[in-house]
Amino acid sequence: MTTNGWIQILLYFGVLTVLTRPLGGFIYRVLEGKPTFIGRVLGPVERGFYKLAGVKPDAEQHWTTYTLAMLVFNLVCFVTLYVLQLTQKHLPLNPQGMDNLTPDLAFNTAISFITNTNWQSYGGESTMSYLTQMLGLTVHNFVSAATGIALAMALVRGFARRSGKTLGNFWVDLTRTTLYILLPLSIVAALFLIWQGMPQNLGAYTDVATLEGAKQTIAQGPVASQIAIKMLGTNGGGFFNANAAHPFENPNSISDFLQIILIFLIPAALTNVFGRMVKSELQGWAIYSAMAVVFLAGVTTLYWAESQGNPAFPAMGIDQSAGALQPGGNMEGKEARFGIARSALFATITTDASCGAVNGMHDSFTPLGGMVPMINIQLGEVIFGGVGSGLYGMLLYAIIAVFIAGLMVGRTPEYVGKKIEAKEVKMTMLAILCLPASILGFTALAAVLPQGLAGLNNSGPHGFSEILYAFTSATGNNGSAFAGLTANTPFYNLLLAAAMMIGRFAFIVPMMAVAGSLVAKKYTHPSAGTFPTDGGLFISLLVGVLLIVGGLTFFPALALGPIVEHLSLQAGTLY
Amino acid sequence: MLSQLRPAIVLFALFTIVTGLAYPLAITGIGAKLFPHQAGGSLIERDGKVIGSDLIGQTFTSEKYFHGRPSATVDTDPNDATKTVPSPYNAANSGGSNLGTTSKSLIDRVKADTDKLKAENPDVAVPVDLVTTSASGLDPDISPAAALFQLPRVAKARGMSRDALNQLVAEHTEPRWLGIIGEPVVNVLQLNLALDALAPAAAAASAEAAPSAPTTDSAK
Repeated sequence: MTTNGWIQILLYFGVLTVLTRPLGGFIYRVLEGKPTFIGRVLGPVERGFYKLAGVKPDAEQHWTTYTLAMLVFNLVCFVTLYVLQLTQKHLPLNPQGMDNLTPDLAFNTAISFITNTNWQSYGGESTMSYLTQMLGLTVHNFVSAATGIALAMALVRGFARRSGKTLGNFWVDLTRTTLYILLPLSIVAALFLIWQGMPQNLGAYTDVATLEGAKQTIAQGPVASQIAIKMLGTNGGGFFNANAAHPFENPNSISDFLQIILIFLIPAALTNVFGRMVKSELQGWAIYSAMAVVFLAGVTTLYWAESQGNPAFPAMGIDQSAGALQPGGNMEGKEARFGIARSALFATITTDASCGAVNGMHDSFTPLGGMVPMINIQLGEVIFGGVGSGLYGMLLYAIIAVFIAGLMVGRTPEYVGKKIEAKEVKMTMLAILCLPASILGFTALAAVLPQGLAGLNNSGPHGFSEILYAFTSATGNNGSAFAGLTANTPFYNLLLAAAMMIGRFAFIVPMMAVAGSLVAKKYTHPSAGTFPTDGGLFISLLVGVLLIVGGLTFFPALALGPIVEHLSLQAGTLY
Repeated sequence: MLSQLRPAIVLFALFTIVTGLAYPLAITGIGAKLFPHQAGGSLIERDGKVIGSDLIGQTFTSEKYFHGRPSATVDTDPNDATKTVPSPYNAANSGGSNLGTTSKSLIDRVKADTDKLKAENPDVAVPVDLVTTSASGLDPDISPAAALFQLPRVAKARGMSRDALNQLVAEHTEPRWLGIIGEPVVNVLQLNLALDALAPAAAAASAEAAPSAPTTDSAK
């Protein structure tokens, strides 16, 4: 680890913290229907959308209607994306003549993009036409992110409103988020990224004769417009197979810095939106602080692990020490321009959030370095988390935390003025338990079936880690991978699609039930016996609950994969 | 459910038009106006012919050139479409080796590459980025240490003084942005182009010899 590495990491965290409150204020005004500059410009467009769609923007929805609207919308998204991939060969904007996808791959990809997972069993530049990338994938990068933000707003309204029945209007939240928040930020980010070197064109791939006279075909495409929303919406699906490690998808350390800011930008700001809506910004900062603690712990561990390098290398005469002339460390599967510090920072952020973009290959990380992304996802991606999903996930953990605090003192727990009772706790646990059931259940299945073992790139404990990571990533709606696993088989495509659906919808429905139950409750004024949820004690309790409830469940599985592999590495055992 | 179907279909269609067509096409148009070089893939020409991209690494085997990092990219096997064959710096199919730290294939590959490099410059330990594959397989850069390591070989092959080469490497080392952000790197293609510009005669000779010239230990 170097001083410069730490300065870069802390600089990143500083910039993020400074941006949280201003953006939080903007998102709050947009979603609460208050006047904004952009609202004045795009207001007619928004109203036109409602008119054509037959939406009455003032008609509020009960939690069941809100959830149903979300599910129907996702169904429409799924069907259209599935069909688009099965017909791309016959459609325009396909200069490379990409073939139609197989049905199982199209199914997997459609589920993947509507659930904000962006797991990719395919390599972008060798599979997708430009039309599919734009009209299919880019659109879902927007609307799946907007869906997450809308759902988070519904839960927050459950806490914020008093003795109410309704949680807002899904169509309004979806439209405003897309038009006023995601689109303008994406336009600015996309132009910045082109400036930094990202391609944005519709031409065929370029054939060149290299300096030594060899033929090289360079993939092109409308990259920047997709990457801007890929990061801002914590989607993470790469335009190219190598994702944000590809020099076209992440040309330099400045484009990389913008991309990691974009990942956490909205999730961090939403903590502030929560604070504003429950009329105490401190409550938002308490959630922010708990997230920050786990984030910094993760990046420290990962950075340390990758700086160690490969213990087998020094004996061969390889220099892995960090210095002024080289980053050193474990450079297999990493890019020279990002080195160790920025690869570690990116990997932590992308798995804390539900992004899943990678600027280095997680499969080639050291065992402990590769375990950090896995744990981050297994905790439920609530460390800032996905856009919207991070906040609603963390608020469910907050419910568990105050429930445990209530048990300790023998009082009905309260959170931001709402009594937390049996129904909320049951629904919360139902949502949270879906994750280990899917991750561990499917991993166990794949680890004993020949179809599951067929696609491994590494043997020994690292092979098991590849399977565990795949189902962790799919269930967590992350999308990053230990990419050596050959996942484009009917077995993995279908099982991973199932995991993605469980991780998204089986979590959302109970969460919305909690929101519906909370909104009907009256506000309870804090008394001397109320556990304060805006201080250090609550932050520690929340982090503790997160690590115990979220993390301990997975310890036995981690022991079989990365932990055994770490011990093998130290002992010099190869597979 | 039916009452939700109309807003779902209509709004989805509208979002598709706005974010799936208008947005990327507008960005394409504006990008081509404001930053035509970058939007087109940062292509570079020499003598009127496109010879590569600033951002995409190339395979270098000639002793007269600085070499980039090993690449793990593959291509479809021409004899069997279900299989792949190694195809370094395949810019139409990016990807890494995805080998873990305890992989025997990784250790064997690194050992073989390291032994070759040690033969050409036995005095210095091999910088790790020179024997590890990049994440994309298209890394255009190497660390300054990796460039300096190859300096004796290139100096000998080109008949140039080490001082002149040292200066060239220093000129082509991109420092951290504001002294803080990123890692210092050397763009291999840019460095080799500068090398050819400095000694055009040598370039012509190497261009003829290059396609068949394997990496050998003859430089030692």
